[in-house]
Amino acid sequence: MTTTDVRKGGAASARRRTTGRGTATGAPTRSRILVTAILAVAAVYFLVPVYWVFVAATKTTSDLFDSFGFGPGEEFVLFSNIGEVLTHNGGIFWRWTLNSLVYSVFGALLATLLAAAAGYALAKYRFRGRELVFGMVLGGVLVPAAATALPLYLLFSQIGLANTYWAVLLPSLISPFGLYLCRIYADASVPDSIVESARLEGAGEGRVFLTLGLRMMAPALVTVFLFQMVGIWNNYFLPLVMLADEDLYPITLGLVTWQSYQGRDIEMYMRVVTGSMLSVIPLVIAIIVLQRYWRGGMTAGAVKG
Amino acid sequence: MTATARSAPGTGPRNGAPVTAPARPRRRLRSGALVPWGFVGPFLALFVLCFVLPILYAVYQSLIQVRRHGLFGEEGRETVFAGFANYARALGQETFVDSIGRVLLFGVVQVPVMLGLALVLALLLESASAKWPGFFRALYFMPYGVPGVVASLLWGFLYVPGLSPIVDVAGTVGLEPDLLGPDAVLWSIANIITWLFVGYNMLILVAQLKTIPGELYESARIDGAGPIQTAWHVQLPLIRPALVLTTIFSIIGTLQLFAEPQILAAFTVNIDSAYTPNMAAYNSAFTDNDYNVAAAQSVIVALTAFVLSFGFLWLVNRKDRQR
Repeated sequence: MTTTDVRKGGAASARRRTTGRGTATGAPTRSRILVTAILAVAAVYFLVPVYWVFVAATKTTSDLFDSFGFGPGEEFVLFSNIGEVLTHNGGIFWRWTLNSLVYSVFGALLATLLAAAAGYALAKYRFRGRELVFGMVLGGVLVPAAATALPLYLLFSQIGLANTYWAVLLPSLISPFGLYLCRIYADASVPDSIVESARLEGAGEGRVFLTLGLRMMAPALVTVFLFQMVGIWNNYFLPLVMLADEDLYPITLGLVTWQSYQGRDIEMYMRVVTGSMLSVIPLVIAIIVLQRYWRGGMTAGAVKG
Repeated sequence: MTATARSAPGTGPRNGAPVTAPARPRRRLRSGALVPWGFVGPFLALFVLCFVLPILYAVYQSLIQVRRHGLFGEEGRETVFAGFANYARALGQETFVDSIGRVLLFGVVQVPVMLGLALVLALLLESASAKWPGFFRALYFMPYGVPGVVASLLWGFLYVPGLSPIVDVAGTVGLEPDLLGPDAVLWSIANIITWLFVGYNMLILVAQLKTIPGELYESARIDGAGPIQTAWHVQLPLIRPALVLTTIFSIIGTLQLFAEPQILAAFTVNIDSAYTPNMAAYNSAFTDNDYNVAAAQSVIVALTAFVLSFGFLWLVNRKDRQR
């Protein structure tokens, strides 16, 4: 590896030599073992609850309380537990999963498109009020989401939107962070000259955005989409405030409802545990697989930020 | 969808415009002035509906009171301007003031611990000594995909005596930790938040670490700097923007604490219904049905977040200028 490598390679080799120079000859191996050991210990910390829930979901209710939490129970009943979760109360867990998917995927898609259009316009057009809009939305980043949820509920209940899908969807369509990222990214990656030449060829403003802008902003859009999707999927306060009808609940709210029955019905424990396990699987997989996309866009944001 | 549909009115006329349009940029034309608003409009409309209006509405609600006449309000209700009476009532509740103090204490301890951890992990992952950095990075980020609710359920089970293997293990060495005890429970919540967000903050820091040019490491090496000196004198100053950003996000997040303590409250009696300011506001609105005090509490939470974020920014900038 030479220093003319890509940035990271250059930095890495530079540092490798640093460690070799300052200390005894054995140091690189020793520091490598030490650093990796620290990283492994941290990994154990992050894995413990997830490992626990996967083990616990295989147990019977009595094993949950009686056997050692990190070890197997007397019986392996994972599949009957899963069946119990999926069929309890007329299969409402499916409904909650579907709701969570609608809220997060549909909401994040629209949110990304809205942020992309607005960010693109803020980057590529000069118009009165541009900085005002940007400043106002950035201020929105600093407003605690939970502080707006209560008054939003009062507003929505007056216009009849409370306790509907829209009550959760509409607020999820706005991502101030997404707008910020889109503007910065469009500034850096959509050249004025290309936009101009597309215009000269007769393309309308909307087409320039849809065919050129969106494609060139794609890396940032993936980041915005992923963040928004995780944010909506994990949201709890907004649906809690907005929704009364169990059929509209996302998984988070549904699991909490089940948890509140735990005191009366000890069988509920296994449903909460297994339901938690099932709800962890899709996003954890998505996060691990897509984690590299998280980087690209954020770097752009962090550099200018 | 909406974006394109709404931008159509702005773009429509130009599509019909003759193709032999002047070579000057079209956006300088008068009719073009509406085009950017077509793009910004949908976002802005929803932003106003979901951010601006609720804030104004909360401020309004916090300044009025509804007076009921007759025993059950059957003789009519009237809305009167209450000045700061709702704020006085909110701040008069000892539990609410306590809850603010509690999250401030929480933030002072938890935010530095979490960001410190994120920083150490980011530096180690970016150091040449790390083996399998991609694997560890993905693993540390994984909890970010776990909903706060589910994380609280999982950790809750890991805290409850009788169920918790952690308590069992501690028992074998003669310890009897009461993780949900009156003093410990706040830090048990802090652990959940730390678990959830260390990886997220780490990723932001890693992203900025990757922008540091290799030549800077080279010159640090020539100056004879070891890894720790390089981290302190080269890497830390250059990732300051990311550190400031993550600190501000963390301050705002701390003031909003809600889901984690609320879920844990089902496992212990040591978390009351006004444990955090947000829980207090939720309680005022939905248990006491007192929306005016709830609104005042929401405004106080938002203002505190603003004051602390800007206070922090001011502090950081002032230090910058002194340098």
